[in-house]
Amino acid sequence: MPVLNLDGIQVDVDEDGFIQDPATWNEDLAVAIAKLEDVTNLTEDHWKVIKYLRNYFQQFGIAPMIRKLCKETGYDLKTIYEMFPSGPAKGACKIAGLPKPTGCV
Amino acid sequence: MSKFDETPIIKDPAINGVLKPPKLREHASAEVRCYPSKPKDTAAIDLPTERVPDWQERAIAKFGELLEKNQALRVYMDICARCGACTDKCQFYLGTGDPQNFPVARAELLRKVYRRYFTPAGLFPDLGDAADLDEEMLQKWYTYFYQCSECRRCSVFCPYGIDTAEITIAAREIMASIGVSTKYVTEVVAKVYQTGNNLGIPPAAWKDNCEFLEEDVQAETGHPIRFPVDVQGADVLLVPPSADNFANTDTMIGYGKLFHYLGVNWTTSTYCNEGGNFGLFLNFANLKKVNARILQAARDLGVKTIIWGECGHAWRAGIMTPALNGPMDAFDPPYPYHISQYIVDMLHKGAFDGRIDKSANDDYLVTYHDPCNSARAGYLIEEPREIIRAVCNRFVEMPEGTIREKTFCCGAGNGLLTDEIMPIRMAGGKPRALAVKHTGANYLATVCAICKAQLPESMHYWDVPVKVGGVIDLLARALKL
Repeated sequence: MPVLNLDGIQVDVDEDGFIQDPATWNEDLAVAIAKLEDVTNLTEDHWKVIKYLRNYFQQFGIAPMIRKLCKETGYDLKTIYEMFPSGPAKGACKIAGLPKPTGCV
Repeated sequence: MSKFDETPIIKDPAINGVLKPPKLREHASAEVRCYPSKPKDTAAIDLPTERVPDWQERAIAKFGELLEKNQALRVYMDICARCGACTDKCQFYLGTGDPQNFPVARAELLRKVYRRYFTPAGLFPDLGDAADLDEEMLQKWYTYFYQCSECRRCSVFCPYGIDTAEITIAAREIMASIGVSTKYVTEVVAKVYQTGNNLGIPPAAWKDNCEFLEEDVQAETGHPIRFPVDVQGADVLLVPPSADNFANTDTMIGYGKLFHYLGVNWTTSTYCNEGGNFGLFLNFANLKKVNARILQAARDLGVKTIIWGECGHAWRAGIMTPALNGPMDAFDPPYPYHISQYIVDMLHKGAFDGRIDKSANDDYLVTYHDPCNSARAGYLIEEPREIIRAVCNRFVEMPEGTIREKTFCCGAGNGLLTDEIMPIRMAGGKPRALAVKHTGANYLATVCAICKAQLPESMHYWDVPVKVGGVIDLLARALKL
C-alpha cells in the first residue's frame, strides 16, 4: 500500500492518492492534500464544500450527488471546478478524505 | 500527459471522414497499464485473489474450455487472413500509433498462443506463428487487451466478419481465471453485489437522491414529478446506469418527466439500481450474475415491464437477457426494452402530439454520438436520432464514416474508463473528438453513461467546446408538461 508523506504526516493512500481510511482524515491532512491538487489556499468557500462532503459521507457512506452538492453549498459546478480544478468527484472528494468515486463517472 | 500524436488524423472530414493513419510508433503505449485488482474485490466476485501458481497450465486449460464452448472463437482463431483491413480502423491505434493496437496485431497475441497449444503449428515454434504463453506474453495480454474497448469497429471492416471483441473478451476471461484482472473492473463488480450499483450508492443515499430530485424539480417546474424507489406492484421498473442518479442528473430528471407526463407508475429498485454490467468486461460468470439481478428485482417488485436506461453496456448485456438468465415471458412484451425504443413507440402512438416545443432546444446545435455498445452491439441506431429530430430543430450528423455502425468508441468503453490509463483514453478519444469538432455542434448527445463521463474530458483535451448530455435530456427540455 503506498504511503504518502504530507508535510511530515504519514498516511496510507491508494494508487491515486486517495486516503485509504476516511477516518484518519483531519484538517491538516486536507491542507496537505490540497497542495497536491493545485489548491494552494483553502478558503472559507473550500471548507464549506469539504465539510459538506464529510458530513454527507458520514451519514450516507458515499459522496453526494453532484447536483445536491451544488444546491446545498450554493456553488454552481463551474465555481466548484474553479475552486477544485480536478472537479468535485476527484478533487474535492480527495481533499475531503472520501474514497474515489468509481463506476461510470 | 503527453499527446501521442499531434497530427490531425482526419484529412478532410467533409469527404466521408477519410482518415489519415498516424505515424507508426512502436511500443508507444506499451507502458500504459491499468492498476491490478485488489484481493478484497476479487475474493468477493469468485476470482483468485492473486495469480495462481500453476497459471500457465490453468490458462491453457481455460482457453481450451472456451474453444470447446464457443465455436465462433475457434473460427476467429483460424480464419484471419492477415489482410490488414482492420489495421487503421481502431481508435486506439489511430490515437497512439502503436502497431500493437492494430486489431489484427492484438488478436495475434491470442492466436499465437492458440497455434502453439491447439494446432500442429505448435510443433514448429521457430516459424514464428506460434508462441508460448510465458510471462512476457501475459504482460502483453494484460497491457493490450485492456487497450481494446471491445467496441467492434474493426469487425465492421473485416471481410471475414471476425468479431475481434470476442477475442478480447476471451483473453480477459482467461486472465481473470488465473488471477489477472484490473482494479477498476473488479472493484465495480464487487460494488454491485454489495450495494446494487456500480457507484456503490447505498439504499439510503439512493432514496435521499431521489427525494432531493423531487424537491428540486418541483421547485423548478412546479410539477410534482416523482422519482419512486422500491414501489411494490409498479408497472415499470427502470434500470438506469447509477451514474444517472449521481452525475448525469439531467438524464435522471428526463426519465422522471417522461413517466410523469405519460402517467406511468414506475419505480427504481435499491436491490438493482444499475443496468450497467462490468461483468461483460471481465468474465462470463459475473456477466450472467450481474444481469440476473435485473430480473430478480423485477420479480421481487412484481412489475410488468423492465425498461433499460441510457447505458451502453447495460444494453449490450440486456439484449442477451433471455439467453443469459432464462425466458422473460412473465413480463409484458416487448423485451428487452430500451428507453429510446419506448420513447419512439410513444412518439408513433401520438403520445407527444402538440406537446413538444422544439424551440426549447434552439440554443443547441445537436450532434449524436453512437455508443459502440448500443449501436454495434445493440442495434439502437435510428431510435435516438428519431427522438432528437422530434425534439430539436437543429441536428447535424458527424461524417458518414464515423457514425452509426461505423461509430468510433468514445475512447473509454468496456473497462477503460479509469484514470491511470488517461493517455490511452485521450488518444483513443481523438477520432471522435475531431469528428465532433467538424460539425460545429455545441451539444453532443449520447445514450451511454461511460460516454457521458469520458466525452467531456476528451472534448476538453482536444479543444472541442461542446456540452455532453443524454437524448432524453433534450426531450425533457422540449416536453410541455
